Amino acid sequence: MAEKEWEPKIVAFCCNWCSYGGADTAGMGRFQQPSSLRIIRVMCSGRIDPMHVFNAFLEGADAVLVTGCHLGDCHYVNGNYKAEVRYQFLEEMVKQLGLEPERLQLNWISASEGEKFANFVRDVTAKIKELGPSPLKPEGVN
Amino acid sequence: MAQDESITGTENAKDIRIGVFVCECGTNIGGVVNCRAVADYAATLPNVVHSVVNKYTCSDAGQSEIKQAIKNHNLNRVLVASCTPKTHEPIFRACVEEGGLNPYLFEFVNIREHCSWIHMQDKDSATKKASELVRMGVSRARLLEPLQSNEVPVTNKALVIGAGVAGMQAALDIADMGYKVYLVEKNPSIGGKMAQLDKTFPTNDCSICILGPKMVEIARNKNIELMTYSEVEEVDGYVGNFKVKVKHKPRFIDTTTCTGCGLCVQKCPVEVPYFEFNEGIGTRKAIYVPFPQAVPLRAVVDKSVCIDCGACIKTCESHSINMEQKETFSDIEVGVIVVTTGYDIYDPEPKHDFGYGLCDNVVTGMELERLLNASGPTMGKLVRPSDAKPPKRIGFVQCVGSRDKNRNRYCSGFCCMYALKDAQLIREKYPDSEVYIMYMDIRSPFRNYEEFYDRARDMGIKFIRGKPGKVDEDKNGNVTVRIEDTLTSNLYNLELDLLVLSVGAVAGESSEHIRHLLKVSRAADGFMMEAHPKLKPVDTNLDGIFIGGVTQGPKDIPYSVSQGSACAARATRYLAQGKATTEGITVEVDDDVCVGCGICVPMCPFQALSLVDGKLNIIKALCKGCGTCATACPTGALQQNHFKNEQLLAQIRGAFTFEGE
Repeated sequence: MAEKEWEPKIVAFCCNWCSYGGADTAGMGRFQQPSSLRIIRVMCSGRIDPMHVFNAFLEGADAVLVTGCHLGDCHYVNGNYKAEVRYQFLEEMVKQLGLEPERLQLNWISASEGEKFANFVRDVTAKIKELGPSPLKPEGVN
Repeated sequence: MAQDESITGTENAKDIRIGVFVCECGTNIGGVVNCRAVADYAATLPNVVHSVVNKYTCSDAGQSEIKQAIKNHNLNRVLVASCTPKTHEPIFRACVEEGGLNPYLFEFVNIREHCSWIHMQDKDSATKKASELVRMGVSRARLLEPLQSNEVPVTNKALVIGAGVAGMQAALDIADMGYKVYLVEKNPSIGGKMAQLDKTFPTNDCSICILGPKMVEIARNKNIELMTYSEVEEVDGYVGNFKVKVKHKPRFIDTTTCTGCGLCVQKCPVEVPYFEFNEGIGTRKAIYVPFPQAVPLRAVVDKSVCIDCGACIKTCESHSINMEQKETFSDIEVGVIVVTTGYDIYDPEPKHDFGYGLCDNVVTGMELERLLNASGPTMGKLVRPSDAKPPKRIGFVQCVGSRDKNRNRYCSGFCCMYALKDAQLIREKYPDSEVYIMYMDIRSPFRNYEEFYDRARDMGIKFIRGKPGKVDEDKNGNVTVRIEDTLTSNLYNLELDLLVLSVGAVAGESSEHIRHLLKVSRAADGFMMEAHPKLKPVDTNLDGIFIGGVTQGPKDIPYSVSQGSACAARATRYLAQGKATTEGITVEVDDDVCVGCGICVPMCPFQALSLVDGKLNIIKALCKGCGTCATACPTGALQQNHFKNEQLLAQIRGAFTFEGE
């Protein structure tokens, strides 16, 4: 059997109200995507802890996506603003760790934006395929 | 992976017994994912003692199997790999609870929306991914802890926002079930868009004649507190316990004494060249009664144009005019909220669709509605705007602002029917007129609608399938429409006296404001989003908040009325039970670890956290369980139940394995 093309592993943190719903809507609309994504559902993007993101990289994630409701649409008033502040810190740390900046991405996706969610997954996966496995990925892990 | 001795504090790792149920969902999952292989793989994972495939796990048989397995295999965790928790988590939580487990010892893995439906062409990858998603779920399930959901009392009153026909129906139904309803309307009168219409399809009965009595019923109903010319300013709280601030705009009229006689209107010297109710056609005064059947039938002063001459004050026999009136506020408490804020009519002016705004004799469907209406600016006499002459040749363009990738992609649903109705009304009133309908498809589902279309054809209304390419107006005001009939490939230069644009619905600006206040999701078309497109069409993702009528998307009158009633029925469930359950997912602090730094306190947007004597105090009833504060805690003392650090980290770790493991 021919060797299958390498499929990156991407961890996405999705908030229950918007981006997780966006992923559901992508499914309902049958928007086909690469099988790279592993979603971690949290109630609010404000719950996404930089420590969780680092752990994902250390465990072997080739990219990590931070997603949530559009600014102003947070189910909990302003959790996504807090996520955005923490994301800025994460961006800086990713640089310091020597990771390519594309390996960490932020996107606001509403529960109705299934097509946007699917396109995001496709685009990120294509980019990560170009970059190859994350330099932080432990050997032998996938 | 090193396993901790004690996993949840009370249980040892070896005591964890997980049951895995992989759902085929007919062929939805089973047609792509090899569910047998997933279940077999799950059986090899630590702590999994039972792993099976179901055809439909959510069916009665599937749920019974879960309950039976909990007993037979002494399960203390249940994992279902099927569809989305957004619809099915409550079902399975209830199921495991019936089986004797705490509902929070249930873990959901989505292998349909997030796997089989998006990898339909790659069954191997889909199966591999489903197995990994289950592995992630199992890792997390091992660390789940029992939680208690809270029961809260429900204030047995309802708020209905928007008093169009859907909101009126919702308010009447809730009131008739014996509960108090606050009905808030931003305009000076209730009635909404339906009050502006001339006739309604497919019966051609007078719109206000069927709506008017309902409006009066609203005013008379003892259980309804009507707040017109008022707007919802703030909403706080949660299901059963909403606190709402309503702003009452000053009418400059004492509504308790005004009789709506209209003497003041006659005396007012200020002619305002834009009458909203007549779609801008004709004039009104600075003091005016919205329309003859308005409820409440009271005058209102437009202060932005009033010249303070005092003529109205002198003439008012009941001394009801008070120019010193200020805006006031009411604070109300309700258990449920119904949102029926309606829509805006698509505005063709900014882009000059089909010459609108450039040609005088190009009007919208709603403008025509007012021109045909007996109480409209022309008393029902159809004239064209440029010279006030009766038009003899009238054309309708369908799908203006709808079914157009450059405007709105959706079909507004009611425009075909109202064009057919207006065309018939014109032919009935002016039998010598020529009427053309330029359409892409005529959409006429539901009872008597197709027959209504047939009737229009029988009446000699001419149908041209095509969309006009060019619209010009000559100096006489005649409009020439260039159009290809795509059924015959004939090109026409159709000369008309009046061109009517059948404009559709767009999400309303004021609706958007309310949507933000309530945090209801927005669908791609801009309207508010329901909890489920089929099974929960009037629910939202927020407990105790419901949406009805065109707020949720374009629909006609019968459909809006049905949704109004549906909202009432759904909302009243809470009022009748007198209690609601709120999520058990809140934050908790470990007092031994907390150092009292207070970093978390300002993180909470609900004021649930405070420092008392250097220790963190959590008001559980205020906590909505977002977990934002837990992320900010530098010591890890503050944890969000069900989304604790170790639970999330275990799930992340579950996504990866050593090759060959």
